[in-house]
Amino acid sequence: MRWQPAGTDDHVAGVPARFVAAPASTEEASEVLRAAAAEDLAVVVRGGGTKLGWGPPPRRLDLIVDTHRLTGVVEHAAGDLITVLRAGTRLSDLDFGSQQLALDSPLPGATVGGSVAVNVSGPRRMLYGTARDLLIGITVVRPGGTVAHSGGKVVKNVAGYDLGKLFTGSYGTLGLITECAFRLHPVPPARAVVTRTVPTAGVGALLAAVRDEQIVPSAVEVDRPPEGEVTVAVLVEGTAEGVRDRAARLEKVLGGQSGDLPSWWGAYPWQPGGTGLKLTAALSKVPDLVEAAGETGIRGSAGTGVLYAPVTGDVPRIVERLRAEAVRAGGHAVVLTAPAEVGQAVDMWGPVPGLDLMRRVKDQFDPGHHFAPGRFVGGI
Amino acid sequence: MTSLDELAAGLRTALGADRVVSDRVELRTYECDGLAHYKVTPGLVVLPRDAAECARTVAGCVAAGVPFVARGSGTGLSGGALPHADGVLIVTAKMRDILEVAPADERAVVQPGVINLQVSRAAAAHGYYYAPDPSSQQICSIGGNVAENSGGAHCLKYGFTTNHVLGAEIVTPDGDLVELGGRAPDTPGYDLLGAFVGSEGTLGIATRVTVRLTRLPESVRTLLAAFATTDAAGAATSAIIAAGVVPAAVEMMDALAIEAAEAAVACGYPPGAGAVLIVELDGPAAEVAAQFAQVTALCEANGATELRIAADDAERALFWKGRKSAFAAVGRISPDYIVQDGVIPRTALPEVLHRIGEVASAHGVRVANVFHAGDGNLHPLVLFDAATDGEAERAEEVSGAIIDLCIEYGGSITGEHGVGTDKAKYMPRMFTDDDLVTMQLLRCAFDPAGLANPGKIFPTPRLCGEVPRRHSAADAPAAAEIF
Repeated sequence: MRWQPAGTDDHVAGVPARFVAAPASTEEASEVLRAAAAEDLAVVVRGGGTKLGWGPPPRRLDLIVDTHRLTGVVEHAAGDLITVLRAGTRLSDLDFGSQQLALDSPLPGATVGGSVAVNVSGPRRMLYGTARDLLIGITVVRPGGTVAHSGGKVVKNVAGYDLGKLFTGSYGTLGLITECAFRLHPVPPARAVVTRTVPTAGVGALLAAVRDEQIVPSAVEVDRPPEGEVTVAVLVEGTAEGVRDRAARLEKVLGGQSGDLPSWWGAYPWQPGGTGLKLTAALSKVPDLVEAAGETGIRGSAGTGVLYAPVTGDVPRIVERLRAEAVRAGGHAVVLTAPAEVGQAVDMWGPVPGLDLMRRVKDQFDPGHHFAPGRFVGGI
Repeated sequence: MTSLDELAAGLRTALGADRVVSDRVELRTYECDGLAHYKVTPGLVVLPRDAAECARTVAGCVAAGVPFVARGSGTGLSGGALPHADGVLIVTAKMRDILEVAPADERAVVQPGVINLQVSRAAAAHGYYYAPDPSSQQICSIGGNVAENSGGAHCLKYGFTTNHVLGAEIVTPDGDLVELGGRAPDTPGYDLLGAFVGSEGTLGIATRVTVRLTRLPESVRTLLAAFATTDAAGAATSAIIAAGVVPAAVEMMDALAIEAAEAAVACGYPPGAGAVLIVELDGPAAEVAAQFAQVTALCEANGATELRIAADDAERALFWKGRKSAFAAVGRISPDYIVQDGVIPRTALPEVLHRIGEVASAHGVRVANVFHAGDGNLHPLVLFDAATDGEAERAEEVSGAIIDLCIEYGGSITGEHGVGTDKAKYMPRMFTDDDLVTMQLLRCAFDPAGLANPGKIFPTPRLCGEVPRRHSAADAPAAAEIF
């Protein structure tokens, strides 16, 4: 198992690769990475390619390791509510019948490995958690080819370090994820969405009122187009009887109406190729961020404090302003994706606490800095 | 003067004499945690009041090249807080302030010595609680919970400590204070907080923890179902899960565990039952009502001999009293016992329970089973009488055999108590040498000098900076025998 010469489409954030390899198993991936290390190749991992343009461009790139052959359900133990998936499997291809991997991907075509590596999340993270919460076991190939596992196939397991957490959201800088074990959830028989559109000033009270109800929403989302009013949409899932009751209560609390999922539900608010910002805040400060994003528009999970904003025009100025707002709100602002010229003009990651420890982790796992060099926080 | 004496003198000057314990008799108070059969008298005990004092203590240890071990309430059951004879035991019991309860953020900020249940009590006035509830929640500390990634009866639905900790200030093994995570989710960078939770004190000491608060459920309904056999109770559990219901808790006790609980707390479980299930549902009232009817019907359909529905909080508490006191209650029917903690896939429950029974009878000891059936987390209690020749050794063999069964069925050697001192030797049976070396990379990043709780979790710690060498697969069991 070696690599092929790269084609014209084989580039990462504008940086062309020299070779592409597509291992079909953990063992093949191990061989590839052992050989890559021997030849001092810089590596970027590619899944569905939906987030390949996220983060700054790699400082170096020789080899793209593509996971499109590393696919399939290794195991689905329905009685145990778990599954083991190969990293290149597309989330949209999964079908567990009456069970689900409760991981909403905002990007059609995204793979398991890519979603874990970037820790993307959608509206229902409020009830089910994110990839880091649903992931119970992981198999990775370290730079150099060593295969390592952590966690396992049971939900409750505290033996050893939780390397799954470390690899979740690591942007491919610590190694290649080849298999992931997840906990599954039953598909609820019924669901309802209640929406209400209000002026920005009314959002805080609405969100607090929903929080005060004991109706356990799966998601509380907001959408504010630039200069527009804010739509609050609340999703409840469960039994038919339970959902009917909860939706009725929500209609009263929100003064809103039950209906279909809004068209903007679970989608990033920016255009393909545009600049997209992820903003986080303490829950009570979400209304402040919604207010502050008047010039750009904002959308996302008000129920968890994770929001997304499209940025156009004077991007560096707007990013700086919104970043300051996010920090004031107890959170952070990260430029997830931006055209090359914009990416060079802004600090995409912003300030990050604990950077020294993170550098030491990178040095241990990837001492030669061969994996996605320069794409992560602090130039890691 | 030894380096420990010098360190004690320096810390007395820096923190005050009352923060440092070096009297041999007083030191012995700390010689073990909840797992009393490992005992080591610490070289020195320090009781910092705040993060700065904690950092100062660790920095002193680093300068002196002395190992340190963190200890909260000392309720751990794997010897995770077992002291080091030539090291410092850093006890967080005096760091007990709840710094903030912020219901509008659904967060609380607490010091590590705060007792788990106190967080829920403080949040209750605002309509919230802290979901992870180890059985020891009345005495265990949040810092210890973070170190061990503690679970409890309600993990099945609500997850573990790691799912409810949003941020922590830690003292690194270098003596630095570092913030991990924060008040908002998804802090950029590596999820070092996720790696830290459950690291059993080997990556540093938490000095302040930000936890998620969960809205109190509108409705809680609890069912006690008696069955003739554990098989029947297991089948009912599977049927509930298969129906798409995720209860807040599904707990099982077998006949011997019921006998013990009755002897100790007279909880009035159905007489003659071969097994009981406690099934608890919580959530919005209409949701719970619909699912509770479903669960009750499924228990009946799977051969429940008696069903009791808690009419009020008092009755619900009585159901739980038998379960929560089961470990201690076993003392009524056996002079000695080992509490084992292993996990199997839920579907393997009937088979594994049979095999545990076979192993027990082959060794001439009794095993009482009380466990979290919903997530397959077994807590077999291996009963023995240390006064009878050879029985302690046989109990130890049975206890080890149960862990081997957990590994054989694809489970884990620990579901909530941690690896600690007790199970380090089993780690090579669950993980390959490469897995363990990879975990050590994280250790080396945090703790290059290897001073933070050495000897725990890993049977063969590797010196950081040493070039990883490849081992043959046959090396692992041999290495396990050394420790």
